[in-house]
Amino acid sequence: MEEAIIIEKGVIILIVFAITMLFAMYCTLAERKIAAWIQDRRGPNRAGPGGIFQPLADGLKLFSKEEFMPNTPNTFLFVLGPTISMTMALMTSAVIPWGDSLEIGGRTVLLQATDINVAMLYVFAVLSVSVYGIMIGGWASNNKYSLMSAMRVASQMISYEIAMGLSIIAVIMMSSSMSLRDIAASQHEMHWNIFYQPLAFFIFLVCSFAETNRTPFDLAECEQELIGGYHTEYSSMRMGFFLFAEYAAMFISSTLLAVLFLGAYNYPGMTWAAENWGTNVANGIGIGVLFIKICFFLFLYMWVRWTIPRFRYDQLMNLGWKTLIPLAIINIIITAVVILLNQ
Amino acid sequence: MSIETVSLSGRKKQVANKKMTFAERIYIIAIAKGMWTTLKHMFKKKVTISYPEQTRPFSDVYRGRHMLMRDDEGRERCTACGLCALSCPAEAITMKAAERTADEKHLYREEKYAEIYEINMLRCIFCGLCEEACPKQAIYLTKSKQIVFSDTSRESFIFGKEELVMPLEMAIKNTQKTQA
Repeated sequence: MEEAIIIEKGVIILIVFAITMLFAMYCTLAERKIAAWIQDRRGPNRAGPGGIFQPLADGLKLFSKEEFMPNTPNTFLFVLGPTISMTMALMTSAVIPWGDSLEIGGRTVLLQATDINVAMLYVFAVLSVSVYGIMIGGWASNNKYSLMSAMRVASQMISYEIAMGLSIIAVIMMSSSMSLRDIAASQHEMHWNIFYQPLAFFIFLVCSFAETNRTPFDLAECEQELIGGYHTEYSSMRMGFFLFAEYAAMFISSTLLAVLFLGAYNYPGMTWAAENWGTNVANGIGIGVLFIKICFFLFLYMWVRWTIPRFRYDQLMNLGWKTLIPLAIINIIITAVVILLNQ
Repeated sequence: MSIETVSLSGRKKQVANKKMTFAERIYIIAIAKGMWTTLKHMFKKKVTISYPEQTRPFSDVYRGRHMLMRDDEGRERCTACGLCALSCPAEAITMKAAERTADEKHLYREEKYAEIYEINMLRCIFCGLCEEACPKQAIYLTKSKQIVFSDTSRESFIFGKEELVMPLEMAIKNTQKTQA
């Protein structure tokens, strides 16, 4: 039995890792394609049919480039930066429920690497550590622009984490559990959290944009002012790792958004499907539904990037501290009152 | 109607420094409008022309590479008068005249011909003034799509008679066409 669990979890972890990597890879292509379409262009279409081999070509190019190391006293930290970014981006996926459960050979397989009861805390802990990747990388670069960008990222991420955490408290209050599986299960059929907590969803969405350093909050990269910011001095695959980590983080935060607010793997008619076609089929469809939701959020990220211009630094801080945090607190109070009244 | 209110483009707008209302200040409506605009653009016709597969039609007055013409009997029309070189604003054309001998009558139409005729394609601006200046209708700017091939040596861009004179096969074909 012990071995069976190890194999089962190992397979799930491998699949999740592969899917995250694949999504991050193809996000780069999707981003370029969507950018092109929004700007009335065609986008990359030379590598393979419709350009589907473009990410491979980009990866190959990055691998074959010269590794340049700036004149910095902190070579260890310089290498550590992208490593932390990448690791932390991938670590969050451990607690995400990718589907309900499947019956395979008389065993009930939970489609999740691990179901811990403090999953939300774990997610926030990992998110908080991921800021170090950029900070260390930017600081070790020994470059004014990189340092500036690192400072910006640090303050931006710390400020938005507060609003993010506060917004999610309302959701935790409703499901009375911090386990992502319980939160997902509490949204069965169409009882999605977005209908009960639209304000929390909105705050969480805005904070996700800030946490992943995406436009309109991409002050960290800021090509025009900071020449790429924290990855100015990076080249070759280390630079690729930073960019890759950004896309992996984007995928994971899309997944979190889908799991927390858009009902995870739940879809209307799930119980009907389970009764008529069997649980395995119903839950299999659920996995597909979750991925459709994830793709929607990924598209939203890209769509917003090519629509909204970058915020100014003081606007960013004002929005975080003076708008989102008070709104999140008000939302908690309202939720608490409604829950108490319904008891 | 005073001059201040006239709007020739029809897009003149009076700007005011008024305070934004609450709905404007939260920007959500403006952001939604912007998102709608970008979404509409996603499904619009693309303006890109996929170059090697698709080419844009050339204009009727397009001027490509030069050609020194031959007449119906395949003789070179150029008489090396030098008017093209004189008219060339970029000073790209040089030539050296020579006298036709008796046994060269089938090669050159006039008694004088261009022994050397060179155009520096790096200097040429394809203005077509040589074509207009030529009294013998000897030089034309064709509609060729390829103007010059890329190269690393400057000398290769100085086109001599080998590159410029109309190929004989082409002259034969032209004559056959006019006779048919």
